[in-house]
Amino acid sequence: MPVNSAVRPSLRRGVMTAAMAAITVLSSGAYARDLVVALKTEPTSMDPQYHALTPNIQLSQTLFDGLVCADADLAIKPCLAESWTASGKSWTFKLRPNLKFSDGSPLTAADVVFTLDRVAKVPNSPSSFKVYLQKVEKVEAVDPLTVRITTSEPYPLLAINMVGLPIMSAKAAAGPAAEGKTTTELNSGSGLVGAGPYRFVSWKRGSEIIFERNPHYWGPAPAWDKVIYRPISNPAARVAALLAGDVDLVEDPPTDDLERLQKDPKLTVETKASNRVIYVALDQNGDKTPGIEGTNGKNPLLDKRVREALSLAIDRQALVARIMGGVGTPAAQLLPYPMFGASKNLVTPAKVNTDKAKALLKDAGYPNGFTMVLGSPNGRYINDSKVAQTLASMWTRVGVKTTIDSNAPAVFFKNRDAYAYSAYMAGWGTSTGEMSNTLNSLLVTPNKEKGQGTTNRSRYSNPEMDKLVAESANQMDDAQRAATLAKASEVAMADFAMLPIHFEHSVWAMKKGISFKGRADQQTMVQYATVVK
Amino acid sequence: MLAFIIRRLLQALLVMAVMSGLVFVGLYVVGDPVSMMASPEATELERDAIRANFGLDKPLLEQYAIFMSHAVRFDFGKSFLTGQSAMGLILERMPATLELAVVAMLLAGLVGVPLGIWAGLRPDALSTRGIMTGSVLGFSLPNFWVGLMLIMVFAVYLGWVPASGRGKTVMLGPLDLSVLTLDGWSRLILPACTIAMAKAALIIRVTRAATREALPMDYIKFARAKGLSWSRILRVHLLKNIMIPIVTVFGLEFGQVVAFAVVTETIFAWPGMGKLLLDSIITLDRPVVVAYLILIVFFLVMLNLVTDILYSVLDPRVRLQAAKA
Repeated sequence: MPVNSAVRPSLRRGVMTAAMAAITVLSSGAYARDLVVALKTEPTSMDPQYHALTPNIQLSQTLFDGLVCADADLAIKPCLAESWTASGKSWTFKLRPNLKFSDGSPLTAADVVFTLDRVAKVPNSPSSFKVYLQKVEKVEAVDPLTVRITTSEPYPLLAINMVGLPIMSAKAAAGPAAEGKTTTELNSGSGLVGAGPYRFVSWKRGSEIIFERNPHYWGPAPAWDKVIYRPISNPAARVAALLAGDVDLVEDPPTDDLERLQKDPKLTVETKASNRVIYVALDQNGDKTPGIEGTNGKNPLLDKRVREALSLAIDRQALVARIMGGVGTPAAQLLPYPMFGASKNLVTPAKVNTDKAKALLKDAGYPNGFTMVLGSPNGRYINDSKVAQTLASMWTRVGVKTTIDSNAPAVFFKNRDAYAYSAYMAGWGTSTGEMSNTLNSLLVTPNKEKGQGTTNRSRYSNPEMDKLVAESANQMDDAQRAATLAKASEVAMADFAMLPIHFEHSVWAMKKGISFKGRADQQTMVQYATVVK
Repeated sequence: MLAFIIRRLLQALLVMAVMSGLVFVGLYVVGDPVSMMASPEATELERDAIRANFGLDKPLLEQYAIFMSHAVRFDFGKSFLTGQSAMGLILERMPATLELAVVAMLLAGLVGVPLGIWAGLRPDALSTRGIMTGSVLGFSLPNFWVGLMLIMVFAVYLGWVPASGRGKTVMLGPLDLSVLTLDGWSRLILPACTIAMAKAALIIRVTRAATREALPMDYIKFARAKGLSWSRILRVHLLKNIMIPIVTVFGLEFGQVVAFAVVTETIFAWPGMGKLLLDSIITLDRPVVVAYLILIVFFLVMLNLVTDILYSVLDPRVRLQAAKA
C-alpha cells in the first residue's frame, strides 16, 4: 500500500519524540498479575488447525500443548508425551499420566487420534496444517497412554512435525460437522479446550483477546492470572502504548527507536537471533532472464564466478550494523549454526572484497559489468527495501549497475511467482527448525509431483546437493542426518547457489520487572514471560 | 419525492455493480491471494487445492458472475483469511467507526460553526486572524502526525488517557457502544479530536464565507432596521440561511470519516472498519474489500439523499422548485 509506506518514516520520527518525552514521566506502578501484550498482527482464527500462520500459532500453542514442544532454539523437548521411540516406520509416543485439559477432563490417547484425524477435515483452510502430517499413514491409540503413528516410509521429521499439531479435546470439540466443532464455533470459544498453560476467555476482533491461567496445567504454574492481547499494527503506536503504560510487552518495535528504548531506565529490550534468513535468489534457469542488460543476451548469473563476485561485493557487517541497527547477524549459509543440519564450517561469511569481485567479473567476461534489477518486498521483512537499496549500491560499486524494484508484498510475491525477477531478495524461516526444510524448499530441483523445490524461484539445480538432501530424508539417526545436511549446505554455498545476507533478530520491548525470553521462530509466547522477583 | 428516492436507489445499485467489477479487476491485477495465504512451504499441489477451494482457478469473468449471483441475494461471500462472512466481519466493526465518526463530527460542528460565525461577523478582528490561521493549520497538518502528537502529550507525557484501543462497551440494542462508559470516553476522545481538528477547520471556513455572504443581504439589513436584537438576527435570520452549505459539507465529510478513517484508526488501534479495509487490501482478502466498498457506496448514496432531503426542510425555495419541476 502506497499510503502505508509513505506514512511510516514520519510516524517513527513522531514516536522518537514521544519516547524522549516519556523518559521523565513514566509511572512505574505496581505490577498486577496481568500481562498486556501488544501484537503486531491479529490472528485470523482461534482454530488451531485452520491457518498455519505465526500470529495464529503463537496463540494456539499457548492454549494447546502438543505431544512434543519446541524450546526457544527450536530443539524439541517432551511435552504431553514424556517419551517417544521410533523404529523404522513406526513411532510410539508415551503420554504423561494424569494429564488434564483446561476444563478438568482427562487427556488420553483418544484425544491425540481425534486431533490428528481432524486436520484434513477442516474446510476452506487458507494454509492447511496437513503439511505436518506428510507421510503419516495411520494413527492409533494402543492404550489410554500410548499412541502409535505409522508413516509410509522411515521419516525422521515426524517428531518435529508434532510440534505443529497441539492436542485438542475430543469431547469438547465434538460436533455434528465432519470436523467436529467448526472454525467459527472455535472462534467464539466453544470447544476451544486444550492442555496449554492458559485457557481462552474471550476474543473481540480488532480489539482484544483474553486468556486466563489454566488451573489444571500439568507443568509449573503459569505466571499470570490473565493475559490480554491487543492488536496494534502500527509500530509507532505500539511503542507509544508501551511508553504510556497501556501495555506491558510489545512485539517488534521499529529498529529506529531501539537505541532510545534500550536507554530508557523503565524498559527492557530483548533481542533474539531468529532462524529467518534474508537471502538473494539469482535466476539460473537459462540464458533468457528478465531484468539483465548489457550481456549480449546471455544470463551472467549462470556463471559461478559472477555469483561469487556478487557475494564478495556485499559488506554484510556494515549492512547489519548500519541498516539493520544491529538486529541481525551476517549469514554464511541459510540456517544459523548450531541449528540442526547447519554446517559448523559456515559461521562467518567471507569478508567483503571488491577487488576480487571485479577480477572475477572480468574473468567471467564482464569487465564492464552489466545492469540488473533487484526485486524486493517493501514491508515484509525488517527494513527490507532499505537493505535492498544497500545491496544495489554495493553491487554498483563493483560494476553491476543495480536498480531496485521494491513493491508491496502482495505485488512482490506475485511477480516473484511469475519469475519476473533475475534477482530478488526475500526471507525464509524454517518451520521445522532444521536444514532439510530450508534446502527442500529453496534449492532442491523443483518437482511439482514430489512437492520439492516449492520456493526455488531461481530454479537452481544441483544433482549432488539433491542427492544429499534426499538421502537425509530417510536417515533416522540424528547425528548422521545432521552431517548429511551440513554437507548439502556446504555444497550449495560453495556453488553460490543463492546468497545468504543476514539472519534477522526479533525484538521485544517490555516494562522493567518483566522477563521475557525470545524465541528463534519469532513467536511471542506468553509462557516465556515471567515476573522478575 | 418517492420517485426521487427510487431514482437515487437505482443509481446506487448501478454504482455498486460497476464498483464491484472495478475492485475485482483491480485486486486481480495486484496479486494472487494464494501466495499471500498459503504457507511458503506449501507445495504446488496444495496451492492448486487452495485456489480451487476458493474458486480462484476459474476465469475472472466467471468468478465475478458467481459473486454477482450470490450478491443479489445479499450473500457477499466469506473472507478468504478468516472464513467468516465478509459482511458479518464488517458489520461487527461498524459501531466502532460510526461512534468515532459521530463524536468527531459533533465536536467539529460545535467548535466550527460558532467560530466560523464569529470570524464572519468580525472579519478584521485579531481574534479572527487567530481563528483563520488555526484553521489553516487544522487542515494542513497530516492527521497521523496530529494523532501521534496527541498521544505523546495526553497519553505518554500527561498520562491522562490511554494511548490506544477501544474502551469498555455496552450493548445498546444491536449496537456495541463505548460512549456510554467513562473508560470508553477516555479512549475515544483522542481519535475523535484528531479527526475533528481537520473537519472543524473546514467548517470554520465554510461558515465564515457563508456568513459574510449573508450579512449584506437585504433581509439582514431589514431585520436590523426593524430593531431586532443581534441574537435574534443571528439565530433566526443568519443561521437559517447559512445552514445549506454547512449541511452539505457536514454530510460529505461525515461520509468521508465513516468510509476512510483508516489512518486515525490505525494509529489509535481503533477496531473500526477502516482498519479492516486496510488489512484486507494488504492480504488481498477480496470478499471483504468488495463487501466493504459496496456497503460504503450504499451508505454514501443514502447520506447524500438525507442531505438533499434536509435541504428542502431547511430552505423553502428548494421545496418550491421541486414542486414546480
